[in-house]
Amino acid sequence: MCGPYRNCGFSDLIYRYDGSFEGFLCCVFESYEKNEIPRDIVSDFSQTSLIFEKNIDTDLQKAQRVLKAIPKRMGAAALTFIKEAFLTCLPKKELYMLLFLRKGFTHGASVMNMLADDVVNKLFKAVRHLSREVHLLKGFVRFSDYGGALAAQIEPKNFVLPLLSEHFCGRYPEETFLIHDKTHSAALIYKPYRCEIIPASDFVLPEACEAETVFRELWRLFYKTIEVEGRHNPKCRMSHMPKRYWKHMTELCCPEKAGAPLITGDKPIKKLT
Amino acid sequence: MDLFDKLKILTDSAKYDVACTSSGVDKTAQKGGIGSASACGICHSFAADGRCISLLKVLMTNYCVFDCKYCVNRRSNDVPRAAFTPRELAELTINFYRRNYIEGLFLSSGVIKTPDYTCERMIETLRILREDYRFSGYIHAKVIPGTDSALVSRLGMLADRLSVNLELPSLESLKLLAPDKSKTSILAPMGYLKNRIEENRSEIIQYKNAPTFAPAGQSTQIIIGATPETDYHILNLTESLYKKYKLKRVFYSAYIPVAEDSLLPSPDTSPPLFREHRLYQADWLIRFYGFSAGEILDQSHQTLNPYVDPKCNWALNHLELFPIEVNKAGYDELLRVPGIGVTGARRIMTARRASSLDFDGLKKTGIVLKRAKYFITCRGKIAEGVKITQDEILRALMSERELGMLSPKWEQLSVFDRENLIEEEMKKCLMAGIPDQTACAARIETAGFPI
Ligand code: SF4
Repeated sequence: MCGPYRNCGFSDLIYRYDGSFEGFLCCVFESYEKNEIPRDIVSDFSQTSLIFEKNIDTDLQKAQRVLKAIPKRMGAAALTFIKEAFLTCLPKKELYMLLFLRKGFTHGASVMNMLADDVVNKLFKAVRHLSREVHLLKGFVRFSDYGGALAAQIEPKNFVLPLLSEHFCGRYPEETFLIHDKTHSAALIYKPYRCEIIPASDFVLPEACEAETVFRELWRLFYKTIEVEGRHNPKCRMSHMPKRYWKHMTELCCPEKAGAPLITGDKPIKKLT
Repeated sequence: MDLFDKLKILTDSAKYDVACTSSGVDKTAQKGGIGSASACGICHSFAADGRCISLLKVLMTNYCVFDCKYCVNRRSNDVPRAAFTPRELAELTINFYRRNYIEGLFLSSGVIKTPDYTCERMIETLRILREDYRFSGYIHAKVIPGTDSALVSRLGMLADRLSVNLELPSLESLKLLAPDKSKTSILAPMGYLKNRIEENRSEIIQYKNAPTFAPAGQSTQIIIGATPETDYHILNLTESLYKKYKLKRVFYSAYIPVAEDSLLPSPDTSPPLFREHRLYQADWLIRFYGFSAGEILDQSHQTLNPYVDPKCNWALNHLELFPIEVNKAGYDELLRVPGIGVTGARRIMTARRASSLDFDGLKKTGIVLKRAKYFITCRGKIAEGVKITQDEILRALMSERELGMLSPKWEQLSVFDRENLIEEEMKKCLMAGIPDQTACAARIETAGFPI
């Protein structure tokens, strides 16, 4: 087995692009124009390798052409799917996406049904993993009130912010809030009625005020009390709520010590304005 | 009394109500308001008992003038009592909601003064949330048996889902254990809700902006194991509740002893959690898999098989219908294969449109073959190495846990011993069906809930 390259023929080439979705579309363009399939598509500029590399510049016109061709040739669902695939944490996702699109350009909309195909299957699994994480985080995100503005921190495996924004903006239209994604160093920022996702690496949640601490404690009390002891089942809890989410959940991280901030760090505290 | 004490008492006394879903309705916040709802429901946390926490589940008050024997809040029980004021509870809800702790409110109550007075307090709480805070999040409210229908109607205009708890699965049991409630005081509001919900659905079709009445429908809860009704009885009851009252959900709650009473299981009985689990599996078959209660159990088999789940049990008793060809079988047929669920069946339907499936392809679509392989063919062939014998199938259908129930020493047994155990024990317990454990099952059966 030669993994994703099976049936496609591949070269010793690596594509390097700027990490944007448009940049990826340009890789697709290049692959068709030169009639070649790279061994990998990477966006990390810090590493160099010995294999022959090609830098793919992001050309918005080329990107547009590919973007328009996708729904035309394989349906709108495939475009939504590939956009979501781009947000996943699947290793070598760009390569799988390229191979998927090549299949799509050949077979048309039926590529979305080819669940038994290795490439399609890999991507479907990755997107399912993403969707599950998005769904879980709709529930697991915990905001704290800082002088009227809300802020939360998450550490997801997939880049979920673009898929969370509609949910939270629709839920809190009159609030000002921020969700910081530590893994991807980005933040979703919403002020009535505008929302954007910006890069943000050194963000630390400020200390909670007294009123905030009270609500956290009330919530912890509720959480503890609602358990029916006769049904204690930590294994079941764990399968529904994987431990990696606990760190940022009020009821599961350590209780408030008088005056101590929830999360400490040596970085300066960013103002929420 | 401070808010912490109140919250503790009123959560503690609400937690035995099992319904906690926030599903069934899609809404977005109104301008100037807060809150939305998603039809698939969202879990915000999971308690250490593994149950989803979606709603702030509390009682308005645990003062109660009724004396239901199975309930911690009964009049004659000596427990600390508390009551939220409507404003207090509304504020707590909003503050939890803003922090994304919860999806909304699940409000129930003990009966303070009268059912009507209690309902008015609940209405006021919901009114503050909906009008003052313009809150569009999920609200599930309980209807106290005996409440005036005008008040129920008002409550339904404010809540997303209403429920009247049946609590006990038969008239007999109800008379014995909940002397203040009657068949009519429970079924009348259920019937009223059903009509009002249907009426409202056609109002909405006629006038787009007609206010909604309980858009997520109604549900109920039945306590399992406090009284002698059989699984067969409970499933038939469930089925008729879905049909006759158009309920969205029937919840089962394993009885946890809260009182010493000659009419109840003794306080050291452990809650029948596994039975509850089997009932949910059977309920699932009725709601999503097109099974009827009569297919799952019958007069001579009144108890759900503890060793295999209800679907496997059905399949084992209908081996003549299998194997089916996955590339040809209809959706309904696929659903009846052990190991293939709703998602699996859908994926098969999709995948086989692209190309006919073999076992390898089936695996890739995410179907777990451990159980399914005994019941299907791919392109006319049975999976390699599969022998379709009862023993083989049984072994495959039982989970480690279920095998462990056969013999508590299961894990320590050598592979060789395991083989022996399976052959003897399984045949005994599976094919012959399980004898009823409850002596008075038949009596209750004939005196069943008349709906
Ligand atoms: S009416 Fe409700 S709260 Fe009161 S005793 Fe009966 S079940 Fe308990």
